[in-house]
Amino acid sequence: MSKYDVLIIGGGVTGTSIARELSRYKLEIAILEKEEELAFGVSKSNSGIIHPGTQNPPSSLKGKLCVQGNLLTRKIAKELGVDFKEVGELIVIFKEEDMPRLLEIKKEAEALGIPKLKIVDKKWLAKHEPNLNKDIIAALYAPSAGIKKEFGNLPRFHIGAVSDNKDPNQIFESRFVINAAGLYADEISAMVGINDFKITPRKGEEYLLDKKLAKLTNHLIFPLPSPTSNGILVIKTSDGNPMIGPTAEDQIDKQDKSTTEAGMKKVLENVQRIVPKISKDNIIAYFAGLRPVSGKDFIIRHEDKVPGFISVAGIQSPGLTAAPAIALLVVKLLKQNGLALKKKILFFHKHRKPTVHLFAMPVEKAKALTKKDPAYGDIVCRCEMVSAKEIRDAIKRGAKTLDGIKFRTRCQSGRCHGGFCTTRAMKILAEELAMPLTEVTKRGKGSEIIKESRKQ
Amino acid sequence: MIETRKLTCIDCPKGCQLSIETDNGKVMGISGNQCKKGEEYAKQEIENPMRILTTTVIAEGLPLKMIPVRTSGPIPKAKLKEAIEAARKTKITKPVQAETIITKNFLDLGVNLIATREILA
Amino acid sequence: MIKRELIVVGGGPAGMAAALSAYENGVKDILLLERDQFLGGILNQCIHTGFGLQHFKEDLTGPEFADRLIIKIKAIKADKAIEVSLQSFVVKLTDRKVVTYLKPGKFEEVQAKAIIMATGCRERTREMIPIPGDRPAGIFSAGLAQKMINIEGWLPGKEVVIIGSGDIGLIMARRFTLEGAKVKAVVEIQKESRGLVRNIVQCVQDFDIPLYFRHKIKRIIGHDRVEKVEVVAVDENLNEKPETAFDITCDTVLVSVGLIPENELIEMAGAEIEDLNTTSIPGIFSCGNSYKVYDLADSVTRDSEKAGKQAAEYLKRI
Ligand SMILES: Cc1cc2nc3c(=O)[nH]c(=O)nc-3n(C[C@H](O)[C@H](O)[C@H](O)COP(=O)(O)OP(=O)(O)OC[C@H]3O[C@@H](n4cnc5c(N)ncnc54)[C@H](O)[C@@H]3O)c2cc1C
Ligand SMILES: Cc1cc2nc3c(=O)[nH]c(=O)nc-3n(C[C@H](O)[C@H](O)[C@H](O)COP(=O)(O)OP(=O)(O)OC[C@H]3O[C@@H](n4cnc5c(N)ncnc54)[C@H](O)[C@@H]3O)c2cc1C
Repeated sequence: MSKYDVLIIGGGVTGTSIARELSRYKLEIAILEKEEELAFGVSKSNSGIIHPGTQNPPSSLKGKLCVQGNLLTRKIAKELGVDFKEVGELIVIFKEEDMPRLLEIKKEAEALGIPKLKIVDKKWLAKHEPNLNKDIIAALYAPSAGIKKEFGNLPRFHIGAVSDNKDPNQIFESRFVINAAGLYADEISAMVGINDFKITPRKGEEYLLDKKLAKLTNHLIFPLPSPTSNGILVIKTSDGNPMIGPTAEDQIDKQDKSTTEAGMKKVLENVQRIVPKISKDNIIAYFAGLRPVSGKDFIIRHEDKVPGFISVAGIQSPGLTAAPAIALLVVKLLKQNGLALKKKILFFHKHRKPTVHLFAMPVEKAKALTKKDPAYGDIVCRCEMVSAKEIRDAIKRGAKTLDGIKFRTRCQSGRCHGGFCTTRAMKILAEELAMPLTEVTKRGKGSEIIKESRKQ
Repeated sequence: MIETRKLTCIDCPKGCQLSIETDNGKVMGISGNQCKKGEEYAKQEIENPMRILTTTVIAEGLPLKMIPVRTSGPIPKAKLKEAIEAARKTKITKPVQAETIITKNFLDLGVNLIATREILA
Repeated sequence: MIKRELIVVGGGPAGMAAALSAYENGVKDILLLERDQFLGGILNQCIHTGFGLQHFKEDLTGPEFADRLIIKIKAIKADKAIEVSLQSFVVKLTDRKVVTYLKPGKFEEVQAKAIIMATGCRERTREMIPIPGDRPAGIFSAGLAQKMINIEGWLPGKEVVIIGSGDIGLIMARRFTLEGAKVKAVVEIQKESRGLVRNIVQCVQDFDIPLYFRHKIKRIIGHDRVEKVEVVAVDENLNEKPETAFDITCDTVLVSVGLIPENELIEMAGAEIEDLNTTSIPGIFSCGNSYKVYDLADSVTRDSEKAGKQAAEYLKRI
């Protein structure tokens, strides 16, 4: 039996952010994650937006944590070498009668402390967003909205041994347990007798457009929010491909992440109203994610009925944004409930080297680098021009599957969807992790890519 | 018994539609062909269909894992399965060129199994 | 910066034929860049016969067709007029005709007087049709599956449904069958195949593989790996007939729904493809499948020889 101070169930953005915060202190911490890699649950498929905090009621926990998370993310992004771009968002309206609602959103947002909000008019929009529908009359502009690479957000923490622990029936003992199990948080809580919340998966389908449309919009474009979602939007991503979506449909199945014809139709109809130029032919990829929804707000609390047990549940949107703030709140709850926090002096490595991409640097530097390490000149992915070196680096940073490589490097995510690079990426994975090719998977056991490999 | 059968000539990409009269499985008359090859093809295809097998064989100690091979001429269609099994058991360990014979008189069929590309050490 | 008369990008039949013909028409300083470790392009994985009937008057396999051109290139290499650089990945092309390429250990920029782009094509994907449903392992483009089987010696799946009845789909139906997999269906939305009749006979009928015309894959289902596909018949306007829907269990879906010229580099230079082999920038040419998708390697070779000649004439003019 292994003994810990804090055990975190769930290695999504919530669990890992908590772990990172805790690793500042002299504590034994472990994350238990059921998937092959970290952040393969809800955190795998989202819009990647660092929301400013608009569209949340001023009294809500998620609103407060979102505003705080937006600030914290900038700092963490720097420390971890992750690309963060402040692009700003626009909530657009078509009719004068929607103006009062827009002003109300502005007022609520101001109450939450969201900076630099302003209403912009048709003239402003024509200048800054020429592709918007000309019928749009005004928008609420929130400049602090940002975007970052989806996978880059994973904090580096120093408890790596656990994620590689393959012993099937181990018992972990801990003074504190944090339930950050995403879609399954209700089932975990039920195990200790807490039955007062249920998680409902709310599906969101997202459609990626061709990189050629990278300049389609300059901001994140939202319609007026509805009761279940912030609407279907036109999203600028850090990789250039615009993204449209997500839908918001409640369902029962916690595993069904399929896309549907109806979903695609809905997304297209909604975004075409905002940016008429978008067409079905621009779609190059699609996916769906499930938001873990329980009521209208996050549930973050110490369960007094079960001392030492902390629920971090219902982390729907804007969970990605709020994660660093959620982590601070959880640390506070731990402290209030008796966990002694003694700062490490030397061992918190908060910085991580940024990843190296040959085409994101000046030519002379790229030349020197290729000379120094030939693997930089060995291009594996033709569409995104990812080198063998970048793939090996991604594996050293924890990628164990083709999806893990894809999320870290973009290898396989371009126009040809892996038609060119899959075989090579598989061979590199097999070689680096010393496993047979038949065990290489897309995203964990059961998703093996090939059935047989001829032996020499 | 006299029958008329329809066939598509596959000797070249033209794909002529052939009409063949047979008597107890023997070809009596052919029409629809644009060249003499069509006639030969129809007779062959009805009486004993033949195919060229193309596949790969495994290599050892060479810069490619699989080497493409073919039969130097057509073999009976009914023998394809047996032929592919035999190719699966074949291994190349020395450099080859296109047309290098891998197996002489492959399965006693009167054709050779030959490499279709060059691979140097 | 290194200077060259002519750079040919791509060492498939188009690039080789263009380089050879440029040489025959008087160009004696040619750099042929190929990203793979061999010349031959897509032909290396097309191990079946059906190539060369027009150009060589013989029924050759893809590798044999390539080999004939490679032998000619090698013969000329002796007098250094054509330098072949393998594992050389072109990453940039400018309107000033500067070509940037990467090679393990090298990042090169070369100034050319003329350029022939012969970069081939890529396959259309499931996302482009687009087919809704899950996104499990087991969905491959036909060309990727062909590479896995013929080049890597892997078997990607054991129970296969093929979408599209063009030649590539048909050829792969036979290839999977010969390798011991069960091809459960070839599903084609049109009322007939675009493929050669001989491929329908030799690749599908020979093995009793069901071929569904006027049917489409409506949904792909499977959590980790493909489990089944939902198939539905369509009418002449391609509208679904919902009452006809049925499932086929399978572990693999092969997508063979067409090819697209790969000319991102030409676009990067700001050029547009124009009439046969030419682009809007004088001296930058495009041939083979990167100019337009051809059915036959023979026609690729014929037209690419013209590109070589066009480049030679351009070089004489300037
Ligand atoms: C379509 C969509 C778009 C979104 N867009 C945005 C956005 O733009 N901005 C934003 O801020 N937020 C967005 N979100 C919300 C955001 O993605 C989530 O709030 C966040 O990812 C939740 O993270 P988590 O760590 O709580 O959950 P998860 O990532 O699901 O982590 C929980 C982990 O627990 C593991 N687990 C479960 N049960 C067990 C068990 N029994 N044992 C061990 N491990 C277990 C799971 O495998 C999982 O990895 C979006 C969500 C969706 C679905
Ligand atoms: C599966 C399949 C089956 C076919 N079957 C037949 C058949 O039976 N009969 C027939 O006649 N034809 C057939 N064809 C068609 C024929 O093979 C092609 O038309 C022909 O090979 C195209 O030649 P190409 O040189 O234009 O392209 P390719 O052969 O694709 O060559 C392009 C070359 O350019 C290289 N390249 C691309 N980008 C770069 C870059 N940035 N830097 C450096 N190098 C680069 C590639 O590596 C490749 O070697 C088939 C094609 C396919 C895909």
